[in-house]
Amino acid sequence: MLLALSATAIVVVALLWEVAMPRMVEAFERHRARRARVGDPTQGYDPGRERRAEQRARALLRSCVNDEEWAMYRDLGFIRVWGAQADGPGRGSGRATGGAPYAYLIYPHKPIVAYLPQTGRLLNEYCVEFPDETRPYGSARLPDSDDVLAKWMALTGDERRLITTANMHLPGRQVDPKQVRRDLWRLQQWERRRVAHDLRGGSVPTS
Amino acid sequence: MKLLRMKPGHGEILLAEGDPEVAAEERELIEAFRAQLDQGLWAAVPIATTAGRREATLVRSFDEVPRDAERVIFFPPAAGGR
Repeated sequence: MLLALSATAIVVVALLWEVAMPRMVEAFERHRARRARVGDPTQGYDPGRERRAEQRARALLRSCVNDEEWAMYRDLGFIRVWGAQADGPGRGSGRATGGAPYAYLIYPHKPIVAYLPQTGRLLNEYCVEFPDETRPYGSARLPDSDDVLAKWMALTGDERRLITTANMHLPGRQVDPKQVRRDLWRLQQWERRRVAHDLRGGSVPTS
Repeated sequence: MKLLRMKPGHGEILLAEGDPEVAAEERELIEAFRAQLDQGLWAAVPIATTAGRREATLVRSFDEVPRDAERVIFFPPAAGGR
């Protein structure tokens, strides 16, 4: 009799366990979720927010640079800025230009590359950043087009100050020289197309 | 004249707007301008040269801002990158 009652009790407990267990687990998970920290929506990466920021930054960049520079950035992803220092940007590196015209390529969030347009010779890389330490969304990094605009304003406004602030390296430290040469070739082709269209009086194509 | 500031995750934000020829508005512009410079930001005024070129002028005080400037853009100071 006792054995039969024990067996029945065990079966009843097992059945109740089966029925109650999922509900208990669910209740525990709900409790844990309620107690979990809710992430700060102002922190972390939000692709939508970053995309909107980049759109605003592009509009600002477009309103500041000239039509050719904007088209260059839109079509090629970088802007060329002509250098204005008499001896070039070498800063005692032994890589002065000797008065030859030189220029910079401004890429978003990459070093500025100085080069000689006549020969295509790469001069230096200038590693420079514009970190916003207030980090409004957890990151000190400006949108791509704001980074380009900051470099453009600093270069055209006070080239020597920017170049003095930057860390100078030989070409190839961060930006692949093959990529730069390819970009210079693309720039050359792009300019030829623009000149040809200007001569024909047509609108400039976008690639 | 508009004072704009670049912000990560946002693009530019409008800090202040006013006519520098109106004394009260000029004071507001100067206060906002100084506040940004006190935070260490660089200030630039985009301009078009007489030859049609576009460039920027870096300014260190409100007095250096051309009276007819439409915008002053503040951005974080340059730092040597890696």
